[in-house]
Amino acid sequence: MTVLPYLVAGWIFLIGVYGLVTSRNLIHAVGCLAVTQSSTYVLLLAVGYRNGGTAPVFADAPTDSRVVDPVVQALALTDIVVGATVTALLLALVVQLRKRHGTVDPDALSELKG
Amino acid sequence: MSARVRLWVFLVGAAGFAVLFAVACFGLPAFGTGHHPYGVRAVHASLSHHTANVIASVNFDLRAFDTLGEETIFFSAVLGTVVLLRRARDERRKDPEPAVVHPRVRRFALLMLPPALLVGLYVIAHGQISPGGGFQGGVVAATALHLLYIAADYRALERARPLTLYEIGEAAGEVTYVITGLAAVLAGSAFLANVLPFGTFATLSSGGTVPVLNAAVGLEVASGVVVLLARFLDQAVEIEEPGEDDGSPRGAGDGGDNGDDERERA
Repeated sequence: MTVLPYLVAGWIFLIGVYGLVTSRNLIHAVGCLAVTQSSTYVLLLAVGYRNGGTAPVFADAPTDSRVVDPVVQALALTDIVVGATVTALLLALVVQLRKRHGTVDPDALSELKG
Repeated sequence: MSARVRLWVFLVGAAGFAVLFAVACFGLPAFGTGHHPYGVRAVHASLSHHTANVIASVNFDLRAFDTLGEETIFFSAVLGTVVLLRRARDERRKDPEPAVVHPRVRRFALLMLPPALLVGLYVIAHGQISPGGGFQGGVVAATALHLLYIAADYRALERARPLTLYEIGEAAGEVTYVITGLAAVLAGSAFLANVLPFGTFATLSSGGTVPVLNAAVGLEVASGVVVLLARFLDQAVEIEEPGEDDGSPRGAGDGGDNGDDERERA
């Protein structure tokens, strides 16, 4: 069953979006967004995996050894950094929302205030 | 849109996504196969530039310009958080109470602080040789500093953490990256091209501009994470809401009038 790792990535994505849709708490929603994003890590690493491959670091390994794809690993690193900073920014927004509107329930925030 | 309708819209969309994604997965190359044309070329480019850690080579040599963008996202996000979490006009700053720390916790945290800091700096410095690099090491070094908050209290952390210095450090990291790129232009090459001598393979000086850019990112990330955590800790520990004493939720401040109107209408 060689497609299983790819399917797992899709499953994590859907679970994360399900959490976002049903969330009644913005902190919980930010957590769900992080889960959704982690599906891309799984997908990238699954795409780059190579049977019997080692880490693409040649400090100790011989330079002709079989390694996994370093390009997708670099992309996953980008993904993690962007994800972490976006999470920080969203949490800061939630802190201010809680202070200004006294709630973190997205359904209670339907009215715009001037 | 009610919660039920929203759930149904999601379920329809999710079913569509699941089918399309599954079909796409069966069209992908099988998991674990050896055919990785980009990976093979990246490994070759990295070894020709004497960089042992191929991921560092991809980030700071092959995709150095993209990493500048990534670094700028980090910079902007920290800036945005600082702006969002600044103290509002109607908020007061109170001095945090010194907290009692269990002696064992204190001893352990103080014992772990120097090694944790050292590991962070090690991971940054050896980014071009071993797994790790500026992004990862920066986070380790910044969180190591916060062991002080666990070992003592918030005031001890504040004394060891002149925030202005870290804000400057964050900007300096970003600027160093751009300057390194411009230096390559002055040397008669493309922006962010690797122009320095490549050095001996698998030593600290290997990789040309990779360790320089790596250190710039390490400085920025370490400083940025300290600033970021400081803003969130300020909210939790120091900044006091005016409505906190009577325990009422606050529609106050600038939106206070609207909040009253709503209550009357209800």
